[in-house]
Amino acid sequence: MEMIVASAVGVLTAAGVYLVMRLRAFPVILGLALLSYAVNVFLFSAGKLTTDMPPILSPYGEASYTDPLPQALVLTAIVISFGMTAVLVMVALGSFLESDSDRINLGRSENAPMPDDDGEGDAT
Amino acid sequence: MSHWIIAPVILPALLAPVIGFVMRHDIRLARVFSLAGALAVLAIALGLVVQAAGGETSVYRLGDWPAPFGIVLVLDRLSALMVLLTAVLALIVLAHASATGWDARGRHFHALFQFQLMGICGAFLTGDVFNLFVFFEILLIASYGLMIHGGGRDRMRAGLQYVVINLAGSTLFLFALGVLYATTGTLNMADLAQEVPQIPLEEAALVRLATMLLLVVFAVKAALFPVQFWLPGAYSNAPAPVAALFAIMTKVGAYSIIRIHTTVFGPGAEATEGLAGDWLFPAAVITLAIGAAGVLGARRLGPLIAFSVLGSMGTLMLAVSAFAPAALTAGLYYLVHSTFAAAALFLVADLVMAQRGGNDTLTTTLPASAQNGLLAALFFAAAVAMAGMPPLSGFLGKLLVMDALRAPGVIGWAWAAILAGSLVTIVGFARAGSVLFWKSTAKAPAPDPEGRGTAAATGAAGPMQVAPVLVTVGILGALAIFAGPLAGYLEATSGQIFDRAGYIGVVLGTSGGS
Repeated sequence: MEMIVASAVGVLTAAGVYLVMRLRAFPVILGLALLSYAVNVFLFSAGKLTTDMPPILSPYGEASYTDPLPQALVLTAIVISFGMTAVLVMVALGSFLESDSDRINLGRSENAPMPDDDGEGDAT
Repeated sequence: MSHWIIAPVILPALLAPVIGFVMRHDIRLARVFSLAGALAVLAIALGLVVQAAGGETSVYRLGDWPAPFGIVLVLDRLSALMVLLTAVLALIVLAHASATGWDARGRHFHALFQFQLMGICGAFLTGDVFNLFVFFEILLIASYGLMIHGGGRDRMRAGLQYVVINLAGSTLFLFALGVLYATTGTLNMADLAQEVPQIPLEEAALVRLATMLLLVVFAVKAALFPVQFWLPGAYSNAPAPVAALFAIMTKVGAYSIIRIHTTVFGPGAEATEGLAGDWLFPAAVITLAIGAAGVLGARRLGPLIAFSVLGSMGTLMLAVSAFAPAALTAGLYYLVHSTFAAAALFLVADLVMAQRGGNDTLTTTLPASAQNGLLAALFFAAAVAMAGMPPLSGFLGKLLVMDALRAPGVIGWAWAAILAGSLVTIVGFARAGSVLFWKSTAKAPAPDPEGRGTAAATGAAGPMQVAPVLVTVGILGALAIFAGPLAGYLEATSGQIFDRAGYIGVVLGTSGGS
């Protein structure tokens, strides 16, 4: 099981990082979603991987249990990343509608100043 | 157990939905309540500083669960100082936003502002690393809304980039927390500070990884090289009052590095000692260089100020990277100063832009602003503070930082970076100021004798619009005048930060304090 979980985290992270590096709004949103899945699975494994174990201490004898804290952390992380993804989609949509471009990178052409200013810096 | 510790978090959290739902159609009512809320937070913050100044570390246990199991808020001198800094800055920014009408250019400015305030205060007060993550997310999600307040093509695009880089940072934060929890079994800062030194060096690979991951996350927030690239675009395209408020956001990153990498991973922990400092120092030098070069090369006022913020973060992190009490004292002084200097610059730039028809290109072809003399004087004062010339606090701050960085291997790079960076910054600001305020009269399209422009010059800024800037510049002066008492407080603060045993004892309740 460790192998499956570990490779799942690895593959999800790799795919997420690749998609984020595409620097277009839609792949980046998908990529960040994949990254948040990866980190959620990763957080689960932080409390040791077990199956069929309750996340509470049993009052009856020696029954073992799984660490409940990572589950609480994952729950918080899921809620936050869900909300963040929604915000991101809205911002990306707003940005696309305003600028007709879904590029994340602030390119030179957008940032360049008005043509033909003869500021002090480039007066040669 | 004093309940006032949680008040700076609770009050904005309660106020924000009320403003958002009840006062959404009445901007004046929202302004009154928002300003009243900020004033109340300021009063509470003053009370907290008085409480913490005695040197006592107070712990607030949420739900009264004892420390390693429940979440705690911890108030010490550093937290109190940062909350006070936030409250003062928030009040100034709110006054500016209300006076200039920025808050009416989009919806829910005040509600988002209060949420932002809640997140920042919470991040400064929490004593739990996962809770720090949660407060980071709160302040970020509010800042996304504020960043794109008012809309517009460039701002939306810059906002999208800002959201993406911060979401990537949040993911990294969670990875770091997972690693940390897996190795130590706790996320409470005091408990971590107790656990990490017990890890022997040969088993420390994972905790060292977590240290560096957290450093990268906080470096994203603090805009340190090589993750500084988002700052100029975001800050220069954000609405001016929001950019001024963001002056404290980079300091949240700096605060986290000071707190986590000193108290938890700092001196005394064999596994991670010196790890952060070795990387922070070159990163800070390069950040400072990029900031200075950007100030010199910027062709618009917004990016110019954003790059000067970058330079100031470089100077601040140079002081932090020494991880020594004296350097930290200097760094904290510079932190307080640079927050107000950056805010003053952004607010002045907003007044200048408003009178140049919203155009902040550094060009001589635009007519001068209507109140050229006043605005030039304010810009001059703020630039003097940011560049680090006497008589304002920037000079003292840089002097203190340089005085603290005297170690043989450090002095060459640090002094060269700070001195050369200051010189280049001075040149950059002088160029920008002269282009903006002096040269434009010569080339104005229809110059009349007083040098007033014809078309672009809009109404003059009223006293209420100038007052926040004047107050900020006044604070910068006061920081210089009262540098003695302030440095005394900060010296006690850094002494307290390096007193790991005291912190652990109070938070975990092993030394009987509460």
